[in-house]
Amino acid sequence: MNDQEEIEISPKKLRNRSIVAFVIFLVGIAAAIFIWKWIHRQPEIAGVPKPIRKVLSIDQKVFSKTLSDNHLVKTYPVSAAAKNVRVNSLIGLKSDLDSNWKLKLVRSPGDTLFISLDDIKALPKTDIVFDFKCIEGWSQISHWAGVKFSDFAKRYGLNAQTQMKYAGLMTPDKKYYVGIDMASMMHPQTLLCYELNGKPLSVNHGYPLRLIIPVKYGIKNLKRIGTIYFSNTPPPDYWYERGYDYYSGL
Amino acid sequence: MKRAVKKHPLAIRWFHWINFPILGVMIWSGMLIYWANDIYKIGFGNKTILKFFPQSFYDALHIPFRLAEGMSLHFVFMWIFAINGFIYVLYLIFSGQWRYIFPDKKSFKESLIVVLHDLHLTKKVPAQKKYNAAQRITYTIVIFMGLGSVLSGLSIYKPVQLGWLTSLLGGYEWARVEHFTLTILFTLFFLVHILQVILAGWNNFQSMVTGLFVVPYNKKILIPAVVPVQELQVEEKQEIHENIEPEKQKNIVEKTISEKDNVDPDTQNIKTSSNE
Repeated sequence: MNDQEEIEISPKKLRNRSIVAFVIFLVGIAAAIFIWKWIHRQPEIAGVPKPIRKVLSIDQKVFSKTLSDNHLVKTYPVSAAAKNVRVNSLIGLKSDLDSNWKLKLVRSPGDTLFISLDDIKALPKTDIVFDFKCIEGWSQISHWAGVKFSDFAKRYGLNAQTQMKYAGLMTPDKKYYVGIDMASMMHPQTLLCYELNGKPLSVNHGYPLRLIIPVKYGIKNLKRIGTIYFSNTPPPDYWYERGYDYYSGL
Repeated sequence: MKRAVKKHPLAIRWFHWINFPILGVMIWSGMLIYWANDIYKIGFGNKTILKFFPQSFYDALHIPFRLAEGMSLHFVFMWIFAINGFIYVLYLIFSGQWRYIFPDKKSFKESLIVVLHDLHLTKKVPAQKKYNAAQRITYTIVIFMGLGSVLSGLSIYKPVQLGWLTSLLGGYEWARVEHFTLTILFTLFFLVHILQVILAGWNNFQSMVTGLFVVPYNKKILIPAVVPVQELQVEEKQEIHENIEPEKQKNIVEKTISEKDNVDPDTQNIKTSSNE
């Protein structure tokens, strides 16, 4: 090992070595600044420069590979659940709710089912107490109940649909909408939820039916579901269009 | 002819200068993310001493409402930060460079002398190989801080898939506190590091670019490490006259030492204190 070794070097050689090193150093700084500016000059995809979106999709590939039904969200006893559950957003809830609300399930174009809340409540009920995580950085342990989406899919014959890549959900006024990869949608802890703390959802928490998907940030947990549909291409996603990561998985 | 010490291997210079802007981007984008839920503060009871961060700080840096941008940058540049750091550690291990960085038995005691010396509270001059004891301890801690940042970051990025890691770090919210605290520590390290680099001077700084630390050829070696600290002090006492100006006092010490011809050539590398 020859480091920390002392060498004899002519002043001229030493000067030349220093100049070369500093030229490389300055070129490196210039290159870093250039790359930074170049990234921000690139055309944007949904509010984010293209090269950055590309890396984010690599992130998704890397981290969605490791997601399986075995990775369950940590659950808590009911006593740990918050009594006052935070309401963070009312997008898609501002229009009046039709008193004849029924879930619109689009199995394929021309094959649409309308399902009442009572029909959904007739399915096996599952509850979960977990740490609900907002993309803003806060989290809250809360207690939700409803039907597992996977049970719902079985009951309504969605075998072919759940072979597709994505599910899309929209509020009745279509002002809030999310797209979810099928693995996360079929995750055993994903619920079509109608109860919070043992009581029907309040309007602000998404009455009559909302999505509870613990493997995603809150932004994907759409309230007041109007329509569910299926697609092999990514369905439009409200926060994706505003610069967030499409996958947003935990 | 001039003399120079091959101080920093090329690889370490690359790791260092790649890490510098990348860590900057990580801290910057991290602040954009943190703003969206900026709940941490230092204080006791209801009294807040320091809020992270004051509104004026956010406004000055144009931080508010940039969460999406912060996340997208954070989750791109994290790869470079982690990979660069990982290869750096492998390099330290396999090149043997870890010997210059990891503290040894004496380091903990000696680091106290370094701190007192830097604060001009002692005349004892700490032993300086490539790094002094305080540098060894600090740089080693920084490596572990980097590891801590990656692990705590992963545990809040993927708390379901890496749930075991999140639990290990005390749960989701604790992991976020840890991640934030490490970032504050990195920032403090950065400030002290910059200050020390400025104080240590140009020769030390340029050695991180060129690799070579130029040995002042005409000057006598100020403090060869072969002279034990105690011995040096005895000599100082003998030579220093009360009425002589400090600058001249130094010359006397210098002269005394340079007259010693039995300086071990191997330890000549160990010379003027460089405090980078």
